[in-house]
Amino acid sequence: MIEVERLNVHFGHNQVVHDVSFHVAPGETFGLVGESGSGKSTVLRTIAGLVPGWDGGLAVDGKALGPKRDRAFFKSVQMVFQDPYGSLHPRQTVDRILAEPLAVHGIADAESRITRALEEVALPRVARFRYPHQLSGGQRQRVAIARALIADPSVLLLDEPTSALDVSVQAEVLNLLADLRQARQLTCILVSHNLAVIGHLCGRLAVMQGGRIVEILRQEQLRDGTAQHAHTRELIALSHELEG
Amino acid sequence: MAAVSRAWLLSDAPASRAQARWGRRYQLWLAFRRNPLAVAGLAVVLAMLALALAAPLLATHDPGVQSLANRLAPPSSEHWLGTDELGRDSWSRLLYGGRVTLGMVVAVVILVAPLGLIVGCVAGYAGGIVDKLLMRVTDVFLAFPRLILALAFVAAMKPGIESAVIAIALTAWPPYARLARAETLTIRNTDYVAAVQMTGASPWRIICRHVAPMCLPSLTVRVTLDMSSIILTAAGLGFLGLGAQPPIPEWGTMIASARRFILEQWWVPVIPGIAIFTASLAFNLLGDGLRDVLDPKQR
Repeated sequence: MIEVERLNVHFGHNQVVHDVSFHVAPGETFGLVGESGSGKSTVLRTIAGLVPGWDGGLAVDGKALGPKRDRAFFKSVQMVFQDPYGSLHPRQTVDRILAEPLAVHGIADAESRITRALEEVALPRVARFRYPHQLSGGQRQRVAIARALIADPSVLLLDEPTSALDVSVQAEVLNLLADLRQARQLTCILVSHNLAVIGHLCGRLAVMQGGRIVEILRQEQLRDGTAQHAHTRELIALSHELEG
Repeated sequence: MAAVSRAWLLSDAPASRAQARWGRRYQLWLAFRRNPLAVAGLAVVLAMLALALAAPLLATHDPGVQSLANRLAPPSSEHWLGTDELGRDSWSRLLYGGRVTLGMVVAVVILVAPLGLIVGCVAGYAGGIVDKLLMRVTDVFLAFPRLILALAFVAAMKPGIESAVIAIALTAWPPYARLARAETLTIRNTDYVAAVQMTGASPWRIICRHVAPMCLPSLTVRVTLDMSSIILTAAGLGFLGLGAQPPIPEWGTMIASARRFILEQWWVPVIPGIAIFTASLAFNLLGDGLRDVLDPKQR
């Protein structure tokens, strides 16, 4: 579904992603894990078309991607951002935020779609005409998820979707994402620094360090401790330590 | 639709887009109302606009009719604010002059604010060569002293109200473009704009519907704070004989033609002076109040 082939990303003269390759099968959830600054979010944003200055091969659903993405791409690929406080327009109501993708793609029956989208992410009806500052962090992230899904994409890119939320809300949002992925047969790429989150949602994952993928492994390998690379072992040890 | 009440406006669960919008505006108004100076400024501005609009009803005399036998008269029951050097009623001329002066200010703002907003937003959002080109043009206009450039424009065209408005507009837009560009540069890189880009919206749609509305509050504040300087520039052009032409009453022109009498019949030039001063001060107070309410950085 998603093919990334020898991807390099430059910010000016600074190369931040080196020779990254991976494939994601339809319906699979693929994890990208690494320390902050390891380039995992950059890979995700490059696939989303938000980063200029890359070379290598990118393809979604068999179609190769150029530097400029067309509207069809944005209909099938959507993204949920890390910070729900920053990813919702502060001067627009939830209603307006959800109506925008429908207007851009010329999708009719906005009314019923918005109602359905709010139900799907378990937001109360009263939230529809509220501004983002009148919502809690978890509610905002639900709005962001509803926005990403309202035009029926087949690929969902998740950039640390829970790391800006309280621990109590994190589980709710993760379960919501797991349910939606199941119900809509979504192909996902999940970026996180948290191995527990990745292990919960992803079948396969890639470990990144310094802009390179050091190892691609299956979820079971994470659990039974058969990771090969030293950095992966470090991350696993660290997450065990944090869990206590 | 529910009746418009306080509870309806302050509801935290609005039932429609309109209710949500009006609720937000009402919250802004409540915040604005807490600043008595700003409210006073707003009241004075509204009162002046109302007086200017109602000039034909409130004027006691025809502002153009001369009475040389009764020139430079002090205030009396017949002529409330006295008469000028040609015996015309000052009160009536002040009212009609308000139409011209405030009308010029409004015309300048209507021309300038959208222009500055669009130039700034496009430059900031597009970046690269477009940004460089637009900003260098802006710099060229900024490099000249405002009144001098306006003088040159009016001198090139024929003196009159329209030329004065165009001249002031041409010299007033660059700061707005700068401001809008600076705001756009910070907004451009936010996640909420990235999210709109991810919907596949065109750059033009993103600028008009998502970026420009975020620049509006700071631009509104800047415009109200600049109103006074626009009034002063308009009055200055009038004073120099390059704005409104006699016998059209205009506050700056009124001071200019009466300046010879400032020692003996001081009320003749002082009265339009007070009008200019009051209008400028009121706009400044209003602008300060709006800044406290609208500036997103202070919320």
